[in-house]
Amino acid sequence: MSELEVKGLRKAYDTQSVLEDLDLTVEAGSFVSILGPSGSGKTTLLRVIAGFDRADQGTVRLHGQIVDDESHFVESAQRRIGYVPQDGSLFPHLSVQANVGFGLARKDRHGKRVLQLLEMVGLEGFAQRYPHELSGGQQQRVALARGLAIEPSLVLLDEPFSSLDASLRAAVRRDVRRVLKESGTTAILVTHDQDEALSLADQVAIIRDGRIRQCAAPSHLYAKPATPELAREFGNSNFINGVANAGAVETSIGVLELEDSSFLEGSVRDGAKLLVLVRPEQIVLSHNLHDGRATARVLETEFYGHDAVVKLRATSSESLLLSARTPNPIQLPHVDDEVCVEVLGPVIAWPRDDDNK
Amino acid sequence: MTTGLIEHAPVERDLKPRKRPRPKALNTLSAVVVLALALPLVFLLFEASDAGVANVWHIIWRSYTATLFWNTIRLTVVVTVLCAIIGTLCAYCVERTDLPGRHVWAVLVVVPFAIPDFVVSFGWSSLFPWVSGYHGAVLVMTLAVYPLVYLPVAASLRGADTSQEEIARSLGASRLSTFFRITIGQARRAILGGCLLVALVILAEYGAFEILGYQTFTTEIFSEFSVGFDTASACALSLVLVVLSLVVLVGESSVNGGRFGARVGMGSSRPQLRRPLGRAKFPVLAGFATLVGGALGLPIASAIYWMTQGRSDAIAGVSLAGAAGYTALYSASAALLSTLMALPVALLVVRNPTRFHRLLSKTTFLVLAMPGLVVALALSYFSEQHANGFGYQSAPMLIFAYALMFFPLALVGVRASIAQASVGLEEVATSLGVPRSRVLLRITLPLVAPGLGAAFCLVFLSAVTELTATLILIPTGVQTLATQFWAYQTNLSFGQAAPFALVIIAVAAIPAYLLGRFFDRLPAHRGSANVPSLMT
Repeated sequence: MSELEVKGLRKAYDTQSVLEDLDLTVEAGSFVSILGPSGSGKTTLLRVIAGFDRADQGTVRLHGQIVDDESHFVESAQRRIGYVPQDGSLFPHLSVQANVGFGLARKDRHGKRVLQLLEMVGLEGFAQRYPHELSGGQQQRVALARGLAIEPSLVLLDEPFSSLDASLRAAVRRDVRRVLKESGTTAILVTHDQDEALSLADQVAIIRDGRIRQCAAPSHLYAKPATPELAREFGNSNFINGVANAGAVETSIGVLELEDSSFLEGSVRDGAKLLVLVRPEQIVLSHNLHDGRATARVLETEFYGHDAVVKLRATSSESLLLSARTPNPIQLPHVDDEVCVEVLGPVIAWPRDDDNK
Repeated sequence: MTTGLIEHAPVERDLKPRKRPRPKALNTLSAVVVLALALPLVFLLFEASDAGVANVWHIIWRSYTATLFWNTIRLTVVVTVLCAIIGTLCAYCVERTDLPGRHVWAVLVVVPFAIPDFVVSFGWSSLFPWVSGYHGAVLVMTLAVYPLVYLPVAASLRGADTSQEEIARSLGASRLSTFFRITIGQARRAILGGCLLVALVILAEYGAFEILGYQTFTTEIFSEFSVGFDTASACALSLVLVVLSLVVLVGESSVNGGRFGARVGMGSSRPQLRRPLGRAKFPVLAGFATLVGGALGLPIASAIYWMTQGRSDAIAGVSLAGAAGYTALYSASAALLSTLMALPVALLVVRNPTRFHRLLSKTTFLVLAMPGLVVALALSYFSEQHANGFGYQSAPMLIFAYALMFFPLALVGVRASIAQASVGLEEVATSLGVPRSRVLLRITLPLVAPGLGAAFCLVFLSAVTELTATLILIPTGVQTLATQFWAYQTNLSFGQAAPFALVIIAVAAIPAYLLGRFFDRLPAHRGSANVPSLMT
């Protein structure tokens, strides 16, 4: 059973629509990042899941139980969802210990559990401190411990690292991930930081204009982005025009094998115009010019040590610029060399706009 | 409200927001409070209808009314402007400059708030008979009420983000331009709020003007009531006064835009940089000394002087301790009642700014437009004429009248402190599985407690120094400090009046001192703990 299931969620403030028909499923024990720019509805989504706001339409289920739909609404106090806000929001009048123990029964507030939690987030000995005596990172960790104290099955993290400085951020991130994995807690992290989302999460959900555009593992997002826009966002991309032909795609740099994927929804009829994504790593360059192989002229090279990027212009089509990443920068071609271009592995493609049904 | 509510709303596919559980208890309590607040106005209308509308209308258009109108308006405008300038400058110097001894000044400039206007007036006019009429009134009232601007402005400057000033400076704005565009801008709402209070206090003042021989609506209403028992005249003038106060209120809220709501995140605050006064140090110090001398030193010195003059023709009166006891009892009860009344209203207005609650908060404003004299007259008139004297000149009625009159003060204090306790903190608390009622006790109340204390002090202080309504509603055979002082003063027994003035100051100085400390310490306690923003 999924930990969280959100279906057809709509939410508007006044007349401003924030969430539109949003679906999201989070499996138990996973760590999901919701990645989107500010204003995309991330925080609103978290607030609806936490029960701070009510959805206008749609259903929210927590381990199978409806917590928000037309006729039911479960208050946040009954949802048992740990919530770690952006600024920590520690209770300023309470000590660290009292903050962490806030959601516990009275007898447990001074017990071992609070101290264990503090130890888990690396803040032993801070129990008697007050929030204003803590650094930003420490406050954030206390907030996490407080959220975990009630043993929630789901923890919501609302950009908890954005207020920390860069050096601290990496350390706190690592700690948070470790703590969450240790306790086996399902977590949803909201962020606008791509690196954060990709490096921390098992699954990344891309949110744009109040909808989830794609939800997949980070590697999957890179390999099989749902749209050309998402492809562009996650890493460098070469887009090449092509025409479908017998399960492959004919392009100006040769016939490329098509990933048999669901992107093209059903079979592609031969002759359909496609937009093909070729990642720079997929392009292999060689100096051995063969007949029938596509060639290109080197425009510039960028040397990075561990690899290099080569910018090319296709010989067969003057307007086609390519970017290749070569893992072997020792044998880097020179500018103006003519090299042979080969595409490794299957590629993915979308119907081109001017050919849309 | 604490259970997972199930509402059987019809299933329909429109984009109407689903219903959330409403804070029913709060709504009910607030409604009760609002009804109570509306009582004096309702009673006043009763009074008008009893007196006959045509009769009342006729009195309103007498030429004497125009004279009173002019007297009242020009004094109100001039004193309000003077107080705005003095209060703001003092607040800026104390909060933002390296003024020597600023912690002492911070207390000293607030203490005059504890000295009743009629005592300041008595102090000046008994020593210097030329302090009378319009100019005397301007002098005395400015000295007596400028803390009403100082207090909120100092608080808002303290809470405001100084980095905005640094940014303005970095954008090339001069110091002066930064002061007007940023500092004053940040404190604008506080200044306007303070001005509103000043204007309303002046519209409602009676004792000081009586001593100075300056005729305003209140002095006339009082004499119509006490000398002539002329209900129609008193009622007609009361109506004009209420309308005047309403105009002030509406004016202020329209300039202020009626914006409420918790402050949006201040980020983490840093120690504020203080601007060195440099060569201005001594003029500024001299200014502070003059102000405190006039507002605080002279009234006290005058009272002490009259005490040493011995008692000439002594008249009978109650003991100091007895009067002080009654004053403390009535004032503390009123402060408690008023603060309790303000709590639900403030919670609703700050937290659930729906149309209904905005209306509700506007209704509570109506009471601001009801000068104490009018409230007291309306209550006593109704009890005499329509309720068989129920509660008339009883302690509960006096306490109730105080609580109504000073409700806005309590509301200001409570509202500000509730804005301090952010919604975000409560949301986090509920997400930890704690029901709303418990969150109120464990998060909201502790965070707003200092503000509640401040509200209590404000009302207590005001009730101790209240004269007009007390004169009308005081239970028979009882004297408070203020009424006994007034009896002696009216009889020109200055030597006997003086000790009562001093005790009033002493009693009122305690809450005033606490208030000063409260505002002085506000951010030091809370500052570095981040104040979370209202998330949307």
